[in-house]
Amino acid sequence: MSGHSSYVPKTGIERWLDARLPIIRLTHDSAVSYPVPRNLNYLWTFGGILVFMLVAQIVTGIILVMHYTPHASMAFNSVEHIMRDVNYGWLLRYLHANGASMFFVAVYVHIFRGLYYGSYKAPREVLWILGVVIFLLMMAAAFMGYVLPWGQMSFWGATVITNLFSALPVIGETIVTFLWGGYSVDNPTLNRFFSLHYLLPFMIFGVVVLHIWALHVVGQNNPTGVEVKNVEKDTVPFTPYATVKDVFGMVVFMIVFSWFVFYQPNFMGHADNYIMANPAATPAHIVPEWYFLPFYAILRAIPDKLGGVIAMGSAIVVLAFLPWIDTSKVRSMSYRPIARQLFWAFLVVCIGLGYLGAMPAEGGYVIASQIFTVLYFGYFVALFVVGLFERPKTLPTSIADSVLASAKGGSAARMATATAAEPNVKG
Amino acid sequence: MTKTSFRLALTGLAAGLSLAAMQPAAQAAEAGPKPPALSWSFAGPFGKFDRAQLQRGFKVYKEVCASCHGANLVRFRNLSQPGGPEFTPGQVAALAATYQIKDGPNDQGEMFERPGRAADAFPSPFPNEQAARAAQGGAYPPDFSVLAKARTYTRGFPTFIFDIFTQYQEQGPDYIHALLMGYEEPPAGVTLLPGQNYNKYMPGHLIAMPKPISDGQVEYPKGPDGKSPVPETVDQYSRDVAAFMVWMAEPHLEARKRLGMQVMIFLVIFAGLLYYTKKKVWSRMPDGSPAH
Repeated sequence: MSGHSSYVPKTGIERWLDARLPIIRLTHDSAVSYPVPRNLNYLWTFGGILVFMLVAQIVTGIILVMHYTPHASMAFNSVEHIMRDVNYGWLLRYLHANGASMFFVAVYVHIFRGLYYGSYKAPREVLWILGVVIFLLMMAAAFMGYVLPWGQMSFWGATVITNLFSALPVIGETIVTFLWGGYSVDNPTLNRFFSLHYLLPFMIFGVVVLHIWALHVVGQNNPTGVEVKNVEKDTVPFTPYATVKDVFGMVVFMIVFSWFVFYQPNFMGHADNYIMANPAATPAHIVPEWYFLPFYAILRAIPDKLGGVIAMGSAIVVLAFLPWIDTSKVRSMSYRPIARQLFWAFLVVCIGLGYLGAMPAEGGYVIASQIFTVLYFGYFVALFVVGLFERPKTLPTSIADSVLASAKGGSAARMATATAAEPNVKG
Repeated sequence: MTKTSFRLALTGLAAGLSLAAMQPAAQAAEAGPKPPALSWSFAGPFGKFDRAQLQRGFKVYKEVCASCHGANLVRFRNLSQPGGPEFTPGQVAALAATYQIKDGPNDQGEMFERPGRAADAFPSPFPNEQAARAAQGGAYPPDFSVLAKARTYTRGFPTFIFDIFTQYQEQGPDYIHALLMGYEEPPAGVTLLPGQNYNKYMPGHLIAMPKPISDGQVEYPKGPDGKSPVPETVDQYSRDVAAFMVWMAEPHLEARKRLGMQVMIFLVIFAGLLYYTKKKVWSRMPDGSPAH
């Protein structure tokens, strides 16, 4: 979709620079003239929102590090020092802590948007896989960040999660010792997690650059899933059209973000994390942060440690194979009557798993987790099977046609374009 | 892995130190009745502390709680800063001076005691955790600095979703108030060991702290009519000390909510302007066709 560059250097300095380092051309081509499908809805603003969140996390994080002490006996009080004595320290810390949650809110919307509109399908496989890599890095960064305040949930969460690696045969115990830097979660663990927590966001940033690069090679998907056929008719330039829409989406997102930061700053945290880490007292319930709960439920659903770890890992890794699991050629589920229902069922299953992850692993909750785990993986099996026989609805001929049809509001227009539609693609 | 086997492993770590397990866990399995939700002056988007209440709460803390519970993150100077009890700096300096603070070493290498200054933290009632446990029959009175944020109770589904919109987040003070009010005789069948007390709201109902306060124990400042404007009852003491503990845990609460309102107003107006800008931009497509 990246066509011929439309950048024309206007001043002598720009021409001079353009012949040496065409950085203004790059910016112009990717953020100004870059063509975006004209029918994108607000779900497409979440990419921009995620970039904003990443930058916000990095900026607040860098300032927090100036006041934080990564030591087992001082970390908890240094966080409180930030909350009490650092100018606007409470704001920085609440922004950073709630920012992690909002980052996941946005990334889940972004992922489910991709799932619904088939954004993972050819030619966007690499783009999608890079997204899964970012998701994994985010999970690692969030987990290690949660350890840093060195509260009870930090400590015990770290103990539970690092212990998972001990399920691996032969090397498991060695890996756990290596992660801990000793024989239990202690100061060395805190120090390495702090170091990695500072490193990971920059790795995420690097993969985000690749993600955006891949996006700009293949172009954006859109709600119809029909590729851009005529750049003139089907797309609009990124600036001002997408820019203003993305900024509007971002500001609305900031309102939600601010609601939590200023009015409910501890809503998404655990009260236990305001108790300093104590290796001698286990909290009654060790619960990870909300964004890990669906995976935690899958982990606990399997009555075998190694099996649980494999199931949890597979639940994430399976996403990377989605481009080849989904056999349908039609991208958007708006045109896939059966798959669309599967999608909504899958969303309910994920929320259900999240709820179960927060419940104690006993009695009916375990059985429910097992059923929901089967349903989670069942979605991918079903997607494979359904794609083989599903008869999709007639796709619009082009993005422009779909927009014009809905603009006229009549089904007549849609009928007219449908007759001219390309032969029904194999479902 | 099974949760059970894993929990066993974790419990193993704690096995040798069962005393520590007496510390009340915030979300224990056996939750008692839900603490009643009180009306707090600092709740909601315009919430502010009631200065008189914080001052009374401080008096309760100082005269009753502080004999066992420290607040080592709170400094005397905090008592005069905006958004708190707002004692005058003079009152704070006088108050601090009534404490003896260990300092040093001096030029001779000796530790020495000096009168407290506004910059000092509240001195802890015990030199260390072991001393506290030894004095308290094995139980460790938790530090008060962030305790109001470290205590909660399960809200359950769907209440926790409504809480996002109602901004309910006063589980801590509600629980603390309920706990102080919740001492009662153990029901038939419950035998208390020495050092245990029965409390309706304590998770598991067994609490090491005996009923700490009774009606009339703390004398409140008198109003013009020679009587305290609020009743000198356990209920009132509990409300006041819980409010004071919220301030200790969240000393910038007022500034946070005030800034929050400014940010919200700005963002809502900005979003409105952007919405119309977006509409304007999208009303004309580059090729002149309608947008939607």
